[in-house]
Amino acid sequence: MTASILRRMGALLAAAAGLAPVLAGAQEQATAGHPVPGQIGLQPSVTPIMDSIIVFHDGVLMWTISAIVLLVLALLVIVMVRFNARANPVPARFTHNTLIEVAWTVVPILVLIVIAIPSFGVLADQMTTPDGERRYLGSNIFSFGEVEVPAPELTVKVTGEQWFWSYEYVDEGLRFDQYILSEADREAQKPNQPRLLAVDNELVVPVDTTVRLLVTAAPTGVIHAFAVPSFGIKVDAVPGRLNETWFNARETGIYYGQCSELCGKDHAFMPIAVRVVERTEYEAFMAAAEGGDYTAANATLAAVQ
Amino acid sequence: MAHAEAAHLEAEATGHDHLTRDPDTPRGWRRWVYSTNHKDIGIMYLVFSIFAGVVGAILSGFMRMELQEPGIQIFHGLAAMAYGVEGDSALDAGKHMFNVFTTAHALIMVFFAVMPATMGGFANYFAPLQIGAPDTAFPRINNIAFWLLPPAFLLTVLSLFFEGPAGMYGSGGGWTIYPPFATSGQPGPAMDFVILSLHIAGASSILGAINLITTILNMRAPGMTLHKMPLFAWSVLVTAFLLLLALPVLAGAITMLLTDRNFGTTFFNPAGGGDPILFQHLFWFFGHPEVYIMILPGFGIISHIVATFSRKPVFGYLAMVYAMVAIGFIGFVVWAHHMYTTGLSLDVQRYFVAATMVIAVPTGVKIFSWIATMWGGSITFRTPMLWAIGFIFLFTVGGVTGVVLANAGADRALHDTYYVVAHFHYVLSLGAVFTMFAGWYYWYPKMFGLMYNETLANIHFWVMFVGVNLIFFPQHFLGLAGMPRRYIDYPDAFALWNRVSSIGYYITFVSLLIFFWVMIEAVLKKRRAGDNPWGDGATTLEWTLSSPPPFHQFSTLPRIKSDAH
Repeated sequence: MTASILRRMGALLAAAAGLAPVLAGAQEQATAGHPVPGQIGLQPSVTPIMDSIIVFHDGVLMWTISAIVLLVLALLVIVMVRFNARANPVPARFTHNTLIEVAWTVVPILVLIVIAIPSFGVLADQMTTPDGERRYLGSNIFSFGEVEVPAPELTVKVTGEQWFWSYEYVDEGLRFDQYILSEADREAQKPNQPRLLAVDNELVVPVDTTVRLLVTAAPTGVIHAFAVPSFGIKVDAVPGRLNETWFNARETGIYYGQCSELCGKDHAFMPIAVRVVERTEYEAFMAAAEGGDYTAANATLAAVQ
Repeated sequence: MAHAEAAHLEAEATGHDHLTRDPDTPRGWRRWVYSTNHKDIGIMYLVFSIFAGVVGAILSGFMRMELQEPGIQIFHGLAAMAYGVEGDSALDAGKHMFNVFTTAHALIMVFFAVMPATMGGFANYFAPLQIGAPDTAFPRINNIAFWLLPPAFLLTVLSLFFEGPAGMYGSGGGWTIYPPFATSGQPGPAMDFVILSLHIAGASSILGAINLITTILNMRAPGMTLHKMPLFAWSVLVTAFLLLLALPVLAGAITMLLTDRNFGTTFFNPAGGGDPILFQHLFWFFGHPEVYIMILPGFGIISHIVATFSRKPVFGYLAMVYAMVAIGFIGFVVWAHHMYTTGLSLDVQRYFVAATMVIAVPTGVKIFSWIATMWGGSITFRTPMLWAIGFIFLFTVGGVTGVVLANAGADRALHDTYYVVAHFHYVLSLGAVFTMFAGWYYWYPKMFGLMYNETLANIHFWVMFVGVNLIFFPQHFLGLAGMPRRYIDYPDAFALWNRVSSIGYYITFVSLLIFFWVMIEAVLKKRRAGDNPWGDGATTLEWTLSSPPPFHQFSTLPRIKSDAH
C-alpha cells in the first residue's frame, strides 16, 4: 500500500523531471558522454546512480529551490509595491507575529525533510557497492528500490598521476596509462572526439556489467579526483588511500570525465575516457591482452574516430 | 539619548565645522600610524580593503579574459612578461600562473578585502558607536591588529615572485592549500610566504576579535542589555567568537603544513603515517565558520538598513539575534560537507548532510524577517536600500544552491564544478560584497560628513547588479554540464556560457569605475550630509552624533531607555 503510493509519487516526480529540461529552455540534442554546446543541465545518464541523481536534482531540488526563489521574489515585489513611501506614507509599528514566525520555522523544516528522504536514498546507493541482492533506486527515488544491479565482475585500480591516469585490471593483470591527446594528434587520430577530452588509451569495460573502481594517487604525488559525469561518480584520488566506487553502464559508447581536484599546472589536461563495449567485444579485447599488452587488445576494437 | 545629544552639541560648539576635527586630534602621519582611535582605525581598514579588493578584482579579470574563449589566450604571454620565460616553459609557467591567480584572488578577497571591511572597518567604527562606548576596550591591540595586515598582504603579493613548483612561480594550490600539493607538490618558498601571510592575517583577526568581544561585553552604555543591543553589534559579537574559535585551528593546520614542508614532519604525508585528509578536516573546521565570518556582519548591516528605510523597527528582533547565534554554532559542525568526495563513510556523509541542511532554517528566519520588517513599512528606495533588497534576493539564490550542494547525493555530480563557484560567489560576491556596499553607502555620510550623488550611486548599483549576475548565473549551467573549477582551458562545449560570464565581468568592472566616480564626485562637491540624513527610521546611537562624529564621542555615556532596541 505505502509502497504503491510511494511508487506513484516517484513516477509523478519522474514525469516532472522530464519536464524540467523543456522548462529550462532549448538544449542541443543531449548526448551521453560529454557536454554539448550551450548545455545548461546535467549530462544524460547511462547508470542507475546517475538516473537517481538526475531525478533528485531536476525533479526534487530544482523545483523546490525555484519555488523558494520565486516566493522570496514575489514577497519582495509585493512589499516594494504595497509598502513604498507613496503607497503607504505611515509605517506600521508591529514587530512580532508569533504564528507567522512559527510557520516560517516549521514549514522549511518540513520542506527539508521532503528533500532529505530521497537524498539519503540516493546517497546510500552511491556509497554501497552492489552485492547482487540489494535493489537500487534508479530514477524512482521515492521507491524502496527496484533496480537490480549485479555484483561487480571486474575490478579496476585507477591511479591519479601528475598529469595522467593509470589503470590496472586487477584480476586480469593488464595495466596501461591514459594521456590527453595533443591537438595535432587528436586531429590526426580521433578527429571526432572532443578537444581536451580525447585520450590515447580509453579504459575499456563491458556494457551492463558492474565495475568496481579502486581509486588512489601515486604515493609521492598529489590529490586528484576521478569523475565521469554520465556515470554519476566522483571520488578523490588520495595518496595513501584506496577509495572505492562503482558503476554499471547500460549503453555502449565513450564517456568522458575530467580531473576534479586541483593538482598542478596540467590539472585541466588529464581527462578521463571510459569506453563501454559489447560483452563479446570486451571478451575479445581481454583475450588479446594476454601478457598485458594494451595495444594488442585495443586493436581488436573498432578504431575510435 | 539626552546625553548623546549633549555630546553632539559639544562637538558642534568646539568643532564649528563638521569637516574639521577637534583641536586635540593628532595631525599628520602620526594620527594614522600611531592611531588608537577606533574610528580612524576603521577608516584605515576600509581604505585597505578597497585597495585589496581592487587588486583581487583585477586578478579575476585576467582569469575571465583567459576563459573568455577556449584555448590558452593570455597566460603564456603574461608568464613570459612577468618571469621572462619563453616557448614551452612560458606555456607551463602560464598554466601554473593561472592557478596562482586563482589562489591569490581567493586569499586576497577573503583575508584582505571582505574581512577587513566588515570585521575591521565597519565593526571597529560602528560597534562602539552603536553600543554607546567611547572607544574599543584595547585601543593599542586595535592598532597592532590593523598594522599586521599590510605585512600579511605584502607576503601574499611577494609569494607571486618566488618559486612554487620547480621552475614556476607563486603558490598555485588554491586558497585551500591542500597537501601534498602544498607540501611536496610545491617545494619552493612561495608556499611558505603564503603560510606566513595567513599566520599574520590570522593573528590580526584574533586580536581584533578579542578587542571586539571585550568591548561589546563590557562597554555597553548604561541600560543597554544584550537583548537591547543593535543587531549589527550582535552580528559582530557572534562573528568575533567565530574568529576566536576558528582561526587558531587554521593556525595549527598551517603550522603543521610548514613543519611538513621544512622540518621533516609527516602530519599530512602518508609515507610517514600522516594523512592528507586530516589537513582537509582541520582546514574546513576553520573554513566553514570562515564563510559565516564573511557574511554575518553583513546580516547585521542589512537589518539596520531595511529597518531605517522602511521606517519600521526590525521584525522579530530576538529571533534575528538567535538565528545568528544558531548559524554561528551550527557553522562549526558542518565542515565535512566540503569533503563528500574524499572517501568519507556513508554514515559520516549522512550526518553532514543533515547538519548542513539545518542551517537553512535560521537563514530562512533571517530572510523572512527582513521581508516582514519591510511589510507594513513606508519604504524609500535610497541607495543603501537598493543594495539591501538586491542582497536579500541574491543571497536567497546563493542560499538555495547551498541546499542543493548540502545533499551529498547531488554534490557527487556538482562537487568541484563551476556550480560550486557560482554558489559561493552568489553568497559572497553578490552576498557579502553587496552588504559591504550597502554598509558603505549607509554609513558614508556618517563617516565623512558628505553626501554622495544618489543618482550616480543608483547607477553603480544597477550596473553592478547586472554585471555580477551575468558573471555568475551562467556558471550554474557550466557546473551542471560538468565543467570543473580551477581550469585554465575547457572543452569547446563550454564556450558559450564562459563568454557570457566574461562579458559580465567587464560590466562589473565598469561598475567599479562608477563607484570610484561616485566617491570622487562626493569629495569634490562637498554636500554636507547632516547628522542623520536618513530620517526617523535611523534609530541607533551613531545617528545621534555629528557627521563625522567627534574624535572622541560619548565622554558622558548615553543612557538607554527601557523600550529602545
